[in-house]
This record gives sequence, structure tokens and C-alpha cells, in this order.
Amino acid sequence: MEFGEIVSVLLQGAIVTIQIVAMALPLAVLMAFSFGLIRLYAPAPFKQIAIIYIEFFRGTSALIQLYWIYFVLPFFGITIDAMTAAVVALGLNIGSYGTEVVRGAIQSVPKGQYEASIALNFTSSQRLWRIIMPQALVNMIPPFGNLAIELVKATSLVSLITIGDLTFKAKMLADTTLQVGEIFGVVLLFYFVMAQFLVFFIRRLETHLSKGLGRGGLHS
Amino acid sequence: MNGFHWDWAFTWEVLPMILSAAKVTLLATLLGSILAIVMGLVFALLRRSKSRTLCISTYWIVEFIRSTPLLVQIFFLYYVMPEFGVSMSPLATGVFALGLHYGAYLSEVFRSGIDGIEKGQWEAARALNLTIIDTYKDIVLPQAIRPMIPATGNYIIAMFKETPQLSAITLLEMLQMAKIIGSENFRYLEPFTLVGILYLVFSLLAAYGIHQVERRFPKEGFSLK
Repeated sequence: MEFGEIVSVLLQGAIVTIQIVAMALPLAVLMAFSFGLIRLYAPAPFKQIAIIYIEFFRGTSALIQLYWIYFVLPFFGITIDAMTAAVVALGLNIGSYGTEVVRGAIQSVPKGQYEASIALNFTSSQRLWRIIMPQALVNMIPPFGNLAIELVKATSLVSLITIGDLTFKAKMLADTTLQVGEIFGVVLLFYFVMAQFLVFFIRRLETHLSKGLGRGGLHS
Repeated sequence: MNGFHWDWAFTWEVLPMILSAAKVTLLATLLGSILAIVMGLVFALLRRSKSRTLCISTYWIVEFIRSTPLLVQIFFLYYVMPEFGVSMSPLATGVFALGLHYGAYLSEVFRSGIDGIEKGQWEAARALNLTIIDTYKDIVLPQAIRPMIPATGNYIIAMFKETPQLSAITLLEMLQMAKIIGSENFRYLEPFTLVGILYLVFSLLAAYGIHQVERRFPKEGFSLK
């Protein structure tokens, strides 16, 4: 097979990989914020549920979660296609790590900010969304960026439930053409480029978000 | 559909098989961690070398290993190394891949641990005319090891949780065993759930163990002799 053909097949796989990331990332962010905030502020029973979710998904491997959702859920009468299983498993997995990012960032906002907003008679939701969150968001960006890269890497697992992503196409080409060196070399490079693109994007986002914080004059 | 019920007889039947496969998982993790610590130290020391080319190329190698998926690295080693005349068993390939991947992560832990040692300590070692090896062995590492333990432990647990990926190159570890049992009996519920629970138990135990190790280490450092 010619090199150009190999690259074009792999590009099709890369598009599937990007699609999965594009769907799982919003799910992960949603899970991270909702369960992160529940873990911090919700009353006892909800907090317990959040802790169970977080501990379970952080304590077992992503691949087992993927297999469980894909192979075991049909036993409960819930049959989902491979793509949905992949997005759900990866979104929930990365999201569980994200909850800790959200929690850590909120807790790292200086205590004086809470006290000042209480002194100024803000309501508790104003305090969270107008005072704490804008400052916490900036702290969240770098660790969330790392998680996004982890997500891109974790998408390679979906090849094991027969989704035609980048890794799957590579395995398929390797089995048929035996030009393993070029194929896996190109695939590694593809993943590397995707990760570097994310790194670049995250840096831009971080500078963009921290701009607003300087306005108060307190931050340097 | 065989429906929503947990078959206990089947559970007891498959548990010993899964536990025997757990030995392979644990062996891969243990050997992988040892290799990762060695690789991590090598990368960290190369990053600190005086040669600029060595330093920059190590940075990009580490960056490359960290930002590409472990699964693809496993495939790469398994399929491409034989082209260069190096054929390794699935276990050896897996250990090598895990060691390399997590060595890249650990190098950052070790680097920041070493950088965390106060400048005065380096200067004092220099003033006392200690050799570079003695400086590391007697001054730097004894103080740097304790702060590195939590992060190193977390990466080892993370490595443990990535060992199921070795099933992709037919290593008969826990997940591969569960998959075989599942496909032979057309019942995935019990084997996959058991493997999930075992992972949870092992990682919680490991987290507790690492915390204990950290507590036992004296804060002021210790002698490596």
C-alpha cells in the first residue's frame, strides 16, 4: 500500500477519534461541574451519591468501565450502540477526575473572598457564580487541559469495542499490509499533534480567562 | 435475555480463575513500576544534564511519550520491534510499554522533587567538596524522596488501572480472562463486575499502603546507607 493511501485511511480514523472527543468532552465537563458542586455544597444523601460515583469511576480502569457499559448493560435490557457506550464511558470516566479539579479550584480561592462577599451581603448563588467561580475557573484550566489530553489518549480504547477510530484503523491496516512501522509511527504522530493542538488552545484560553481578573486591581 | 439476576454459583466458579489472572496483572504492575522508576530517574537526570541538545531532546521525547496513548505504544512495541529483530513475549512487551509510559510521567515528579531541594543544600555540598554522586546520594535524594512518594504512588496506581490494555496483545490478565469466560458462557455480568470490584479493592488498598509508606518516612530525611 502506498504511503498516501495509508495516511488517508488513518485520517478517516482520526475524524472518528475527534468526533468522540467532541462528544465526550462536554459530557465530562458537565459531570465534573455538577458532581464537583454536589460534592461541595449538596446535602448529605446527594453528597454520598457523588462520592460513590467519583470513587467508583476513579478506582476502576477506563477499559473495564467501557466493557461493562458495552457488554453488561444489555443484560439489564439496556442495549446501546458502541459509539454511545464509548462517549458515555469516557465522559463519565474523565468527568470523575474532573470533579476533583472543580473542587480543588473552588477550595483554592482565598478565604477572604468568601468573607468579603458575605460582608457585602451577596446571596449564596451570587457569591458562587460572580465571585468564586470566575477566579476558580482560571485555576481549573491547566488541570482540565491535562484531562482533555488524557481523554484524547483514552479514546484509543474504543478501538477494542470495534469502533473505527484512529487506533482501530491502524490495527486493521497493520494486520492487512504488514507495513507496521510506518502505520504506527504516523498514528503516534497524529495523536501527538492533537495533544499539542490542545496544549496551544488551552494556553490561549488561560490567558483569555485571566484577563478579566486583573480589572479589580488586586491581581498583578 | 438472561435477565437481571446475579448468578452466585457462576460467580464462585469463575472467581478462582480471575484471581489466578490477577497474579499476572500484579506482576505486570510490579515489574512495570520498577522499570518506570528507573526510566523516570534516567529521564530526570538527562533533563538536568548540561548539554542543551540532550536536555531539549529528552524534553520532547518525554512530551511525546506522555501525549500519545499507551495502547498505541503497546501495539507499536508489539508489532514494530520484531521488524528490528527484537521479539518479546506479551508480558515483556507490556512491562516495557508500561515502564516507558509511566517513566515519562515519573520523570516530571522526580525532576520537581530534585528542584525542590533548597539551593543552599547544593551550595553546601559543593563547599564541602562532595562529588556529584555523593551529593545526590547523601544530600539530595534523602530529602527529596519523601515529597515524591504521593505522586509516585498515584502514578503506580494509575499504571495498575491501565494494565487491562495489555489484553489487546493477548496477555492473559484479569480482563482478558473475564472476556474469555464471558464469551464461553454468554454471561458477561459476573466476570466483568468481579474484575471491576477487584480493581477497586486493589486500588483502595494500594492508596492506603502508599499513605502508610509516606507516614513512615522521617520528615527530615534519612540516610541511604
